[in-house]
Amino acid sequence: MLATLNTPPIDWFALAPALALLAAGGVNLICAVFVPRGDRRIVTSVICALGFAGALVAGALLFAHSADGHGVIADAIQRDRLGALTTMIIAGSGVLAVGTSFAEPMSDDHIAEYYALLAWAGAGMVFLSSASSLLTLFLGLEWFSISLYILCAIDRELVGSLEAGLKYLIVGGFGSAMLLFGSALVYGATGRLEFHEIAQVVQQQGLSHDALLVLGLALMIGGLGFKASAAPFHMWTPDVYEGAPTPVTAFMSAATKAVALVLMLRVLTTAFPQEAHLWTIAIAVIACTSLAVGNLAALVQTSVKRMLAYSSISHAGFMLIAIAANNALGGRALLYYLIPYCAMSVGSFAVVAARERELNKPVTIESLAGFGWERPLLGGAMTVFMLGFAGFPLTGGFVGKFYVFSAAYDRGWTWLIIVGVAATAVSLYYYLGVIRAMYFRPSEELQLAPVAGGSPPRELVLQTAVTAAIVVTVGSFFAVQPLIDAARHATEALFL
Amino acid sequence: MTTALIFLPVAGALLVMLLPLRPFAVGATALLVALAEIALWIDTVARFDFNKPGLQLEEQQTWFSDLHVSYHVGFYGFSLWLVGLTTVVLAAAIGYASWAGRERPRAYYGLMLLLTGALVGVFVSQDLLLFYVFWEAMLVPLYFLVGVWGGAGRLRATLLFVIYTMAGSLLMLASIIVLGLSQGTFDLVGSGTNGSDWIFLGFVAAFAVKAPLFPLHAWLPDTYRESSPEVAAVLSGVVSKAAAYGFLRIAIAKFPGPVSDFRTPILVLAACGLIYGSLLAFRAPDLRGVIAYSSLAQMGLITLGLFAVNDLGLNGAVLQMVNHGLISASLFLLAGGIERRAATGELAALGGMARGRPALATVLMTTGVIALAVPGSAAFAGEFAILAGVFQTGWGYAVVGAVAIVLAAMYMLRLISAVLHQSPGRAVTDAALDLRPAELGIVVPLVAILLVLSAWPAAITERSFAGSQAVSTVRQALP
Repeated sequence: MLATLNTPPIDWFALAPALALLAAGGVNLICAVFVPRGDRRIVTSVICALGFAGALVAGALLFAHSADGHGVIADAIQRDRLGALTTMIIAGSGVLAVGTSFAEPMSDDHIAEYYALLAWAGAGMVFLSSASSLLTLFLGLEWFSISLYILCAIDRELVGSLEAGLKYLIVGGFGSAMLLFGSALVYGATGRLEFHEIAQVVQQQGLSHDALLVLGLALMIGGLGFKASAAPFHMWTPDVYEGAPTPVTAFMSAATKAVALVLMLRVLTTAFPQEAHLWTIAIAVIACTSLAVGNLAALVQTSVKRMLAYSSISHAGFMLIAIAANNALGGRALLYYLIPYCAMSVGSFAVVAARERELNKPVTIESLAGFGWERPLLGGAMTVFMLGFAGFPLTGGFVGKFYVFSAAYDRGWTWLIIVGVAATAVSLYYYLGVIRAMYFRPSEELQLAPVAGGSPPRELVLQTAVTAAIVVTVGSFFAVQPLIDAARHATEALFL
Repeated sequence: MTTALIFLPVAGALLVMLLPLRPFAVGATALLVALAEIALWIDTVARFDFNKPGLQLEEQQTWFSDLHVSYHVGFYGFSLWLVGLTTVVLAAAIGYASWAGRERPRAYYGLMLLLTGALVGVFVSQDLLLFYVFWEAMLVPLYFLVGVWGGAGRLRATLLFVIYTMAGSLLMLASIIVLGLSQGTFDLVGSGTNGSDWIFLGFVAAFAVKAPLFPLHAWLPDTYRESSPEVAAVLSGVVSKAAAYGFLRIAIAKFPGPVSDFRTPILVLAACGLIYGSLLAFRAPDLRGVIAYSSLAQMGLITLGLFAVNDLGLNGAVLQMVNHGLISASLFLLAGGIERRAATGELAALGGMARGRPALATVLMTTGVIALAVPGSAAFAGEFAILAGVFQTGWGYAVVGAVAIVLAAMYMLRLISAVLHQSPGRAVTDAALDLRPAELGIVVPLVAILLVLSAWPAAITERSFAGSQAVSTVRQALP
């Protein structure tokens, strides 16, 4: 007898962003075989960019047509505006990352695979952003993680790249294992996989003090904390960020963090609302730890990439404050914060990549000397990003911090504002240190030899990407209303 | 109108930064924009009705509605004078820079114009968050102006400057968030008063650092010494007034309860700063040191007037803000001129510059005499009103103030005599010329305004608050 398998109806539209990226990756792999080596770089990068652009458009359409969020494909994923907005943020970061990658001095051997994996990592993140069950959560997480493990190690000529990939694989695997184990415990306690059903069962059976459930929750927070590189789950971040090819770092620092934090928000608010009294405290503690570790360690870094890695840890701390607030304002704050943060993050790594190519060696704070005067656009851009990270006005970073602190106040946790303010004060030292290096000290003083005389390389694609990042960083300061409205639409369903 | 005053210099800055102009043309364009800004301000004065209480020339536009933050700007009488001070001093500073010549002119003048826009914004914004935005926007150009075009010790100076001011500013940000969210609006006009000591202290921290108020002045000597003369002029002439304005517009207007709680400690600190600054100014070995510490002293005096919280004190403080802004700007620009000629600001190496340099002697003497508050001068009117006002709070403060006026005479006469009189110092050669016409064109207008205010201090004291009813205006009409 033939068993009939009941397949659930599939909402292809909800999957469209992930499919666009999957398709781009697939086409790139075919290109790896059929396109002549000389054209491969340009063809595959354009296809990858088109994939991300397609995901961006699909995300926007999905945002417009998913006003009432609902589960699709047997409730495995949630088609809602939270996922759609996150998709747009990820896809936007992806487009910028492709722009950063374009002129990366990587051998042409694996360039098609590089862009295929970049698209697939994006696809995994996009898929994860709408996960609404423990299974799709783990599936999406591994999907993009495995792509990233390879991407970190893909440039075999780059010193440290392989090491970075291996480190990320081992530590990331540990994080995934934590998440999986936590999920298993939660499933064991409730017998449910879908987030909202977990919450229902917990409420119906009065499980909110169940040891299994609480332990599972703790492990899941840890697992997601690894991906968001929040302290104390951050150990891999500086090494991997430093060792990986800079465009990969740019993409990781923005998109991975975005999706991990959004997922954390989604899981905690939909699956564990009864446990809020526990996880808000836990998240607040992780936030404070991240702020402390990230800021203090960043103070003493000489490598710009390491400094930015620690800075990304501290920003995870800021965004976790928004999650810890567990209120509508916090949800808005997180989604708003991610928009300028991702632009600044990709943008600043793009500038580092440009300097790396110019000097042909890792960029230190010292070796940025005079950069601002030599390359006005990139120097100005780096200034904007650093000021944005530090939360100065005329950048979205300021409004993001303002919203995060407002959310903490709304929750009644004024002490979190004080912690955040102290962290910001510390962060000024290293953010302004970059500006000081770029403008205040002439490069002759440090005797930096440019790679090979003549004018610096003209990298039109990278410069366009950096300009776009500036537009988002500064634009989000002026256009707060539309962005915050979008963030509200995306998150209001979580806090009903 | 009000918006145009903020964005004309910003537009000028973008123009100067982006257009590939020749160095000379850049300075000239910037100066032209600065002069247009003055014209715009004069036009604003003409439109302003000094008899009407409340906000005028108001403009409001929602920025983001869920937390009730808006772009809300407008003028009160006293903010009008401070904006006038800003436009005049910045124009003089830009004029001085274009005369003296600065490297990387496009960046330099762009930043100066951005600074102008940010300062005007601070004085006109009527929304707490907008105020903070302009407050911070003011720091960024200053950071570059001191850090790139400053002297040999500029790295240390900028570090101190930024750490101090940002520590204060961030406490203010926390206060703004708590105040705004607890009131449900960030608007300054529409919101009521508040009784929280902690919120009040957050604001006071920011203003006390920026002013600076004793003992938070550690950044001051380095920053004033290491920056170029025109930037020091802007710092001590205008930026410090932004802090005094903050005391008046936010701390005093919004926190009647905490003001009376903390009035004594603040008055005591202000008095300490007044005496301490005066003594240091008397002991300072160089021109800039004297002016820098006298600035600390004068800010103490202005704070005394403000926290007297009565009509005399507030009116006197506003007049003194304008006076001191013009005086310290003139002195810093003159100091710059002297340092250019002698290649040093050490008082020991200067001297005898009056002989053969009548213009320099006359201008420096006039400014110095006004600065030491000789009876009949604008500074005398301001200081008298402040002391009379603070006398009503406690006679002890008035005594301290009177002592400080004597000290002011001592340090100012010491400076004048060390530069102009005595035998020619080793750094003063015959090659050191008298003030050039361009320099006179920059400094004389500032001194002329001071002379006008000496003859007619009521121009400001009777036009800062409707009917000079300062306290009731601040407490009621501002609501």
